[in-house]
Amino acid sequence: MLSNDTYMELLIFLILFPLLMAGLLTLIQGENFRRAAVISGAVLVGIASLITLADSITTQAVYHSVPVDMIGILIFIGDILISGYIIFVSLKARQYLVTGITILQLILLCAVEYLALADHAHIPELFSDQLSGIMAAIIGVIGGLICVYALGYMREYHAEHPDRPDKRPRFFGIMFLFLSAMFGVVFSNNLLWLFFFWEITTLCSFLLIRYPETDEAVKNAFRALLFNLVGGACIPVAFLVIFLGQGSQYIGLHELVTAGPGIALIPAGLIAIAGLAKSAQFPFSSWLVGAMVAPTPVSALLHSSTMVKAGVYIIARFAPVFEGQIVGILIALIGGITFLAASAIAISQSNAKKVLAYSTIANLGLIVACCGVGTAEALWAAILLIVFHAIAKSLLFLSVGTVEHQIHSRDIEDMNGLVTKMPRITMMILIGIAGMFLAPFGMLISKWASLHAFVESVPPYGILLVIIIAYGSGITAFFWAKWMGKLIAVGEPQTKDESHIPRSEKNILYILSALTIGVCFGFPIISWYLIEPWLLTMYQSVTDLISLSNIEIMFMMLFLVLIMPFSLARFTHSARRVPRYLCGIPEGRSTAFMGSCGINREIALSNYYLERIFGEERLSRISVGMGIFLIVLLLNILIIGGGL
Amino acid sequence: MDPFIAAALFIILAPVVGILITGLDRILTARMQGRVGPPVLQPWYDIRKLFQKKQVAVWGAQSFFIFCYLIFIIFTGALFFAGGDILLVIFAFTLGHVFLVLGAYVSYSPYAHIGAERELIQLMAVEPMIIIAAIGLYQVNGSFLIGDMANHPGLPILLLPGVFLGFIYILTFKLRKSPFDLATSHHAHQELVKGSTTEFSGWTLAMVELAHIYELVVMLGFIWLFFGDNLILCVAAIAIIMILEILVDNCTSRVRWQDAMTSAWFVTLVAGAGNIFALSIM
Amino acid sequence: MSYLQKSPWIIHYDASSCNGCDIEVLACLTPLYDVERFGILNTGNPKHADIFVITGGVNEINKEVVLNIYEQMPHPKVVVAVGICACSGGVFRECYNISGGVATVIPVDVYVPGCAARPESIIDGIVQALGILEQKRSAMKAGAEGVA
Repeated sequence: MLSNDTYMELLIFLILFPLLMAGLLTLIQGENFRRAAVISGAVLVGIASLITLADSITTQAVYHSVPVDMIGILIFIGDILISGYIIFVSLKARQYLVTGITILQLILLCAVEYLALADHAHIPELFSDQLSGIMAAIIGVIGGLICVYALGYMREYHAEHPDRPDKRPRFFGIMFLFLSAMFGVVFSNNLLWLFFFWEITTLCSFLLIRYPETDEAVKNAFRALLFNLVGGACIPVAFLVIFLGQGSQYIGLHELVTAGPGIALIPAGLIAIAGLAKSAQFPFSSWLVGAMVAPTPVSALLHSSTMVKAGVYIIARFAPVFEGQIVGILIALIGGITFLAASAIAISQSNAKKVLAYSTIANLGLIVACCGVGTAEALWAAILLIVFHAIAKSLLFLSVGTVEHQIHSRDIEDMNGLVTKMPRITMMILIGIAGMFLAPFGMLISKWASLHAFVESVPPYGILLVIIIAYGSGITAFFWAKWMGKLIAVGEPQTKDESHIPRSEKNILYILSALTIGVCFGFPIISWYLIEPWLLTMYQSVTDLISLSNIEIMFMMLFLVLIMPFSLARFTHSARRVPRYLCGIPEGRSTAFMGSCGINREIALSNYYLERIFGEERLSRISVGMGIFLIVLLLNILIIGGGL
Repeated sequence: MDPFIAAALFIILAPVVGILITGLDRILTARMQGRVGPPVLQPWYDIRKLFQKKQVAVWGAQSFFIFCYLIFIIFTGALFFAGGDILLVIFAFTLGHVFLVLGAYVSYSPYAHIGAERELIQLMAVEPMIIIAAIGLYQVNGSFLIGDMANHPGLPILLLPGVFLGFIYILTFKLRKSPFDLATSHHAHQELVKGSTTEFSGWTLAMVELAHIYELVVMLGFIWLFFGDNLILCVAAIAIIMILEILVDNCTSRVRWQDAMTSAWFVTLVAGAGNIFALSIM
Repeated sequence: MSYLQKSPWIIHYDASSCNGCDIEVLACLTPLYDVERFGILNTGNPKHADIFVITGGVNEINKEVVLNIYEQMPHPKVVVAVGICACSGGVFRECYNISGGVATVIPVDVYVPGCAARPESIIDGIVQALGILEQKRSAMKAGAEGVA
């Protein structure tokens, strides 16, 4: 397909072009210009990322050496600038923990650079393969869609909150800077470069979470920064291990992974801890929950589709190193426990964004568990999970954002009977929710595949993971199904009113819904052309991952589920309408009844939240405790035990 | 047997078998209570009668969801008897049940609403054990395909005693029998009127009954898998377990949902999870 | 014999009864009389019911309730008034708070007098109601086909 040089230019375009757009968007104030710039920028980035994806189907992994030596030094300077900014901001806000960690990280990094100056092997800095292609497509397409959505959303946001400073140029600038950094993460082979881009994403997350500039937002922004820095501090330590132990050629991702567990286990484990922090696994989960104060496009882009995927991406890269290792098992256990605990806590939440946040954490936990197990089958499930989750979750977040602006509430209890007020949006939320847990949609396929993968791997720990997933599976069904029920429960039909929703928001939601369904039909193609060839490069043999008959059955189910709603019209007029049964005493409007002492009462139905069993505080304490135990154990094994 | 033929046989014969079993269930219950009981074909008369009624509903959409529920239960059962992947069957069942729950939610009726919430709690209580049962059967058979499990020459239950016990425990939920008939029950005078089926009538209710009958047959098929290809033992086991379930149904009263859920999870952990964990170390 | 006659489900409502007739109705469900032999089930839900078994007279409070339950029952349906109070108001007929029997509110198909009505009479009344139910079903089917 594309020649190597053109390909490399494409990668560099994807990294630099959003950067350029970021600069433009920050500087220029006009709203019309911003609109044009964001849309054209998103379209260009989307197309470019899709070309990268398409090309990765036909070409094997391509490695590029960037012919400019200076860039290494520029990146180091960039690291120092980022750290300096964080030190400055944290000192001003008296967040001394953050300052301390940043200084520590800076010292470590300087040590690494010093060692790198002395021992400097030549490795390709950029590369791209099928996994990078998939990630790039997610960043480009989903990221682009969310940025366009944010145009309409942020306008409404500032109309609703006139007290919050309107810094939209900066907002969109940082969004595009973030896209640039994410492309950098997935295209970097040189781990020093990857770390640089990683830190930029942390910084973007911090800046975007604090965008509302309320006390709560600033506090949560610093917490996110702290947790990500604590995890991120493990990366320079990993670099030190590489330079002091194995030699500088292993600072390349590809070189490190192919070197095998003997050499790569300790650095991979340390970098995985940074990945765990970025993907909000226990004990690091609370930063993601707190990040929900940010505007919804931020939650959709950073904290569900892309940035947190960078965390699991890096663990997925190292999965072949973790296969069969105790380190891998520990990582998998952290992922599994996170899956179970976060799903359980989601039951007790009625704030829609918090439910989505905990669900995101849970799904990331499942991905981490698959990557920790590290077999080909598990990794297959993990990649599918990444794809399905990115699309469905962003659809859900953006829908909730739209609903929030219409009904002025994020609480699920206020979404009662939304199907009459906003039927199309409700339909799309239902598609999103179905995509998260119902057969035959995507996440279900991944869950099914991960059970298949765990049951034979690393006995007996694989069975532990299976048991955890078995419990988690029913729990996720509970909180999703009750949300669905809330949306369709109609007491008194409300008047339909979807006219106030900005057209850009609606169109983006339509596109995402189509993508959600399309990817369910298209997953065999993604599997055959992208994931399986990628797996073959790392594992000698890739056994029959999913049989043709199972695919046929899933398609049958998908078909059924999709054509069923067309029969709905047939059912709506076939029955005589009567009031709901209220022991025979409805009064006037059919949602009221005559209670005792002749008082008319309104029916009030709310979902079960099962606070005493699934309460957030209690379960968080237990899970954070277990998480800390496992992380400390992991660190011990890595640092003292040499990976065992 | 050819999977399509098996699936077709299931779709046609399962109501016959299910109705006979349900009828015998009612007769046995009556005898235990010192009564005579209805004719054995009574469930069939009930379903036919319901089709003769002119429907009432709070919203027409209720019938749509129940129709989807029935279709997916039949599809899942057909998949089961065609010998498909057992995990896929379990997840397809969840899909069917979610449609039932949505049908109960849509009417915004207090009794149906609580029934729907309890239906979800039941789902949550039962799912771990069923998945663990599937995993256990995989460990014994080396395959997730029901077709392979049904032809197993030995007796899987010998390696899966804990899983079997756990499965029988949650079978009470699935068959909607006391003490776990939280969401809806065939006994009169619920504390929730009829729970999740309160707002259904006519052929909608008939579809619910029919779906329960199909599900009954699949659950009994599940028991079959624990006894491999040993036909006599399978039938005997199914008979004994049904009698036991009916006995427990008559001797117990409904428990609170908290006790139902936590006890199910506890039994799952101790009996089920312990069993498959042991098998993985062996 | 249609299926309605083989599987009649009843909803039993106590309007203002002293519970004497209610106890007799419940006695029919006990092993001594065992009406489940005829497929009769006591469902507490009007939407599931075919036969409305009502005891006690009608007053201002329960008039709405009786109407409501009757309305929520799907066609075809029959009403059996059990006990003299449900038939005509009984000994309370002249009281200021009783409007009279159930027939003042909804159409009654079978009257089972008695104070309290005996289980044998109640069962006999329900069996007669089954015949009327079958007539209504045929009429309903003919009417539907006539219209269609």
